[in-house]
Amino acid sequence: MRAAAIRGHNECVSQTIEAPVEVRLPEEDEDYDHDRPWIVIVWNDPINLMSYVTFVLRKLFGYSKEEATRLMLQVHNDGRAVVSSGEKEKAEFDVARLHAHGLWATLRQD
Amino acid sequence: MSGRRIQRDRKGGYRLRLPQEERALLATLPAQLREVMQTDDPSLRRLFPPAYADDAEADDEYRRLMREELLEGKLAALRVVEESAYAEHLTEEDLEGWLGALESLRLYLGTQLDVSEATYAEELDPDDPSAPALALYGYLSWLQEQAVEALSAGL
Repeated sequence: MRAAAIRGHNECVSQTIEAPVEVRLPEEDEDYDHDRPWIVIVWNDPINLMSYVTFVLRKLFGYSKEEATRLMLQVHNDGRAVVSSGEKEKAEFDVARLHAHGLWATLRQD
Repeated sequence: MSGRRIQRDRKGGYRLRLPQEERALLATLPAQLREVMQTDDPSLRRLFPPAYADDAEADDEYRRLMREELLEGKLAALRVVEESAYAEHLTEEDLEGWLGALESLRLYLGTQLDVSEATYAEELDPDDPSAPALALYGYLSWLQEQAVEALSAGL
């Protein structure tokens, strides 16, 4: 699910406000855009226990029991929920931690 | 003896109150899964899910970087159950290993059995050739629920 890109090119112009010694070239990957955060999605699956998903969300992200339960129910009822977001490296790290706990998680740029 | 198998004690650890036959079963399951994990059994796919749903190239890179670490973590959890299957007390770290091992076993078995969300609640049909595996899946689910409950009390 790659989003259309165009914005990335304009970013480069505004990055040269002070001391414009060299102009940064656009990233090779035209989808790349610093402004749009990466989101981590947990998907519903028939195996993971509801209590387990709630526990993992509390443990990994420090969510309160209520917030973790709300997210778990969103996964259960809607098929997925966004559980964290941020820079790509952080999102990938969060996905790896969720995978280490057996949850079905993916990341993508919002 | 009550049905509760895992109880938090006053010292921040956990009492493991399992009958011998359950301990004997749990002691043998890790080696079986470890053996499967050395193959490319498609029922392992839920243990190593994709990180990028629509970007095969990015996903290959993620797997290249992370798969070994992910595998090591899952193997370490299996070892904890193997080594403490007959223990009376577990530390919190031990119980987290149990939780992880139960998770891996259920992910594998549940994928192999193609379970639905209702499977856990269904009655077993004695004529179903999968009935023993489904019973095992149900037992592991029940035990994992208790591990979650015990650990959640400490959060």
